Amino acid sequence: MTDDPPAGRPAVQPVPALAVEGVSHAYGRRQALADVTFAIAPSSFTVLLGLNGAGKSTLFSLVTRLFATQRGAIRIFGHDVAREPGEALRILGVVFQPRTLDLDLSVMQNLIYHAALHGIGKREARERASSELARIGLADRLHDKVRDVSGGQMRRVEIARALLHRPRLLVLDEPTVGLDIKARADILAHVRGLVAQEGVCVLWATHLVDEIADTDDLIVLHQGRMLAHAPVPDVLAQTAEKSARAAFTRLTSGPECEAGSPT
Amino acid sequence: MTMQLAQRRGFSLAQYAICLKGIIWREALRFLHQRERFVSALVRPLVWLFIFAAGFRQVLGISIIPPYDTYILYEVYIAPGLIAMIQLFNGMLLSLSMVYDREMGNMRTLLVSPLPRWYLLSCKLIAGTAVSLFQVYAFLAIAWFWDIEPPLIGYLTVIPALILSGLMLGALGMLVSSLIKQLENFAGVMNFVIFPMFFASSALYPLWRVQEASPLLYDVCRMNPFTHATELIRFALYAKINWESLAVVCGCLAVFMVGAILAYDPSRGFVARRGGPGGET
Repeated sequence: MTDDPPAGRPAVQPVPALAVEGVSHAYGRRQALADVTFAIAPSSFTVLLGLNGAGKSTLFSLVTRLFATQRGAIRIFGHDVAREPGEALRILGVVFQPRTLDLDLSVMQNLIYHAALHGIGKREARERASSELARIGLADRLHDKVRDVSGGQMRRVEIARALLHRPRLLVLDEPTVGLDIKARADILAHVRGLVAQEGVCVLWATHLVDEIADTDDLIVLHQGRMLAHAPVPDVLAQTAEKSARAAFTRLTSGPECEAGSPT
Repeated sequence: MTMQLAQRRGFSLAQYAICLKGIIWREALRFLHQRERFVSALVRPLVWLFIFAAGFRQVLGISIIPPYDTYILYEVYIAPGLIAMIQLFNGMLLSLSMVYDREMGNMRTLLVSPLPRWYLLSCKLIAGTAVSLFQVYAFLAIAWFWDIEPPLIGYLTVIPALILSGLMLGALGMLVSSLIKQLENFAGVMNFVIFPMFFASSALYPLWRVQEASPLLYDVCRMNPFTHATELIRFALYAKINWESLAVVCGCLAVFMVGAILAYDPSRGFVARRGGPGGET
């Protein structure tokens, strides 16, 4: 009943926070993901970079078990999403790209509802929600309807909600889409703070190159295929480029990409 | 706070109960917030009762058929059918709210809960049925002043029937919602599910009358689960049991529920094949 690493994996290595192994996914004939394999370490901040349609959201739907994995396997801290969905999902926090808060309910009611879905009672949920919201400076908006808070605040509420059940892995799908520059910077700084202070592991999907920091791990996804996975300085070295933007451009126009699917 | 390495596996009964309570609580809040939904749920059957039944009273004679012991007014005859209609609409609105949730992304919040998916859908169904019970009693209270006065014990004995028929119609709605990809298609479902089910049933006219008119339609009515929901309620309202209807309602509930659970199963369901909740890739 402990977190033993699955058989076949060297016991000395820490269990990856998220292991994606040979995952392919197709919608009918359209291949959305082709043989994607990577593992991200606990307490790291990994950026999943890709253009719209690169397969980021499909990958999120597979990690969160909205779709079943067609080929390959996904493990969250060693728990296979398909075989032990309960154990995998309970340590996973998710912020989806579309807003998923109930606009007619108050901020607090939304958080209590989410907590209930994780089997956390009302009193405990209230305490956790108050402290989470205080941390993001929304303590005074507790009882406001979600409809009345701004887009940036909604996102922060969604992040607070995703942390309510104290996940060890937090995945965010383009969380800054549609937000102004300040709200974007605030949210990014907040999530980076979670990694530094709480040791949460974060997978941050985006198509915005300027959200990448030099200390991050970077995964480049293009047309369903993974083109790179390394710390940012290594990716720059591999591509002999100075900026992440240039590295991304080079990778996505490189020969290995064209071999798979011409652009 | 995130380093609880030795977490207990599985979920306790108390956690299951908290989840059920949370889902019912949210459904109740949504219901309270949408007052027009409650009003229209109440006005719809009352219009049938006050206007349609009054007009038809002279046209249709009702003979003494079980569960009634005496001649009854037409209003009294259609009351159980109207109760079933309330539940049918409620079931379809549950389905509408699931489609809406899916489009708005709220459904994802439910589906990424670590509790088993069949349990989450059952909770949703129970919550919807609880709301329908509330609507039915509001209707019965008003109908009392319109001379629809079943025996007092009937108000108690009808509860199990209402729970069963509410669950059955809710499960049907859930199954339907898994088939709808987009919100706009719902109007079509109303036309193709609600109206045929309501009219081809024993809600508005006794089936022996239908048989006189068309044996084929009679067979269709007898196969309609809505007929059996209506009859189950009709008998229960007079503290009697219609065993055949009870069996059909329970059977349909099981079939619709299994269908809905399979439809929402990520590995088998239509939902994944259709691009998933949210409808995008």
